[in-house]
Amino acid sequence: MTIDLFILLLIGFMLAAGLIAVETSDLLSAVIAVGAAGFALSVIDLLLGAPDLAFPQVLVEIITLVLLIRMIMTRRDTSRQTPRDTLRTAVVLLGGGVFLVAAFLAVVGLGAGATVPAFGEPLLAGGHPGVSAAYLWQFDKDTGVANCVMGILLDYRAYDTLGEATVIFVAIMGGYVVLRKVGRKRQAQEPSP
Amino acid sequence: MKGMTSIVRDVTRLVAGVVMVYGVYVSCTGHLTPGGGFAGGVIIMAGVVMLVLAFGGERANELLAESRCHVLDGSGALAFALVALLGFFAGGFFVNFLPRGRVHQLVSGGMILPANLAISLKVAAGLIGIFLALVLATRQPSSQE
Amino acid sequence: MGIAIYMLTFLLLLIGVYALVAKKNLVRIIMGIAILEYAVNLLLVLVGYRRDGTPPILPRGQTAAELAARAVDPLPQALVLTSIVIGLSVTALAVALAVRLYDKYGTFDMNDIRNLRG
Repeated sequence: MTIDLFILLLIGFMLAAGLIAVETSDLLSAVIAVGAAGFALSVIDLLLGAPDLAFPQVLVEIITLVLLIRMIMTRRDTSRQTPRDTLRTAVVLLGGGVFLVAAFLAVVGLGAGATVPAFGEPLLAGGHPGVSAAYLWQFDKDTGVANCVMGILLDYRAYDTLGEATVIFVAIMGGYVVLRKVGRKRQAQEPSP
Repeated sequence: MKGMTSIVRDVTRLVAGVVMVYGVYVSCTGHLTPGGGFAGGVIIMAGVVMLVLAFGGERANELLAESRCHVLDGSGALAFALVALLGFFAGGFFVNFLPRGRVHQLVSGGMILPANLAISLKVAAGLIGIFLALVLATRQPSSQE
Repeated sequence: MGIAIYMLTFLLLLIGVYALVAKKNLVRIIMGIAILEYAVNLLLVLVGYRRDGTPPILPRGQTAAELAARAVDPLPQALVLTSIVIGLSVTALAVALAVRLYDKYGTFDMNDIRNLRG
């Protein structure tokens, strides 16, 4: 049960960091708060038996911090605080409350249809083990790897990975297009910049 | 960005190569230990990011031009698709036809090792390219004025 | 305890949505996307957790059948692993868009950008 307490504390830390990131007025502190939340997430991954996720999470967090800090360091933040709007606050609180109630019903198991499995008892260990139990039972014979996650990622479900590689490719292409120095039209109009 | 002091540059010169070799190691042993192509690619990218931050964008762009990153990115994607297409020798897309080997050996798991290497090349080259593009684009407004 | 863990994760998700909906600063919107990603990844890993479970990595001298009785669910981990890297490239794309907008309009504020467009 101590691990539950640790995870609870760390998620509380992530919540505090997220609130600071959203509400503080200084952008640099906000970025660093997001970084703190990401590192806490990697520790949670480690506690939950997912070293495969903790590893890239730390790395991705470092790169995200570098990208965001580089973006805001050389630029002046001229945005103003939006004035308090009672109607907007009411709508946000109402929507959040409805979402939380629905989530609570799903967690407790009162909602109709599919519900979230209880914490610590995945579908894998229940009466209907499903596909991941089959993967776990025979991945060493099927794929010959020691790391089951990699076996699923690149052998059983390689199509998912192909789609994921496509998404990365498209996102990076989009970045190149957005960052291109001079548009083609302008280049044609003024040949010597 | 002009680059940093000579202390940072010397330490980076010592460390960056080790970081990149570690990235290659992580992507080679993804089927045995935690890690794999994604983590390895991001580690290689982190080594290059260190170099870019320490020496400045222009210097890094001389060594590894942005256009070369596009070529590496595309070849990584192509290599992964090729790994998938090779499965047709055994009857279908993504069929793992190589011998499995023994568990816990470096050469095991059939197509998983080459697929990991292709993914790490793709992730590293793509992210390095977009980082270089961001660093170089940041300098643009000041040079225009 | 388990219910509290799940509810805090959903609350984290709400914070991300709130930053996306209510904030007008581009940097905060990017951070909102990041927080949303954290919450979703965390939720998926939590769903696959088994109490006192081990990582789904085969120790030397064990068979997969022995591991299967104790390991956590590997399938959500495989999906989240791809989602983390996609998150990084999406962040890079969003940063590129924000940099471009700043170069054109000189501000990160969506209200100002909307007014300046004219």
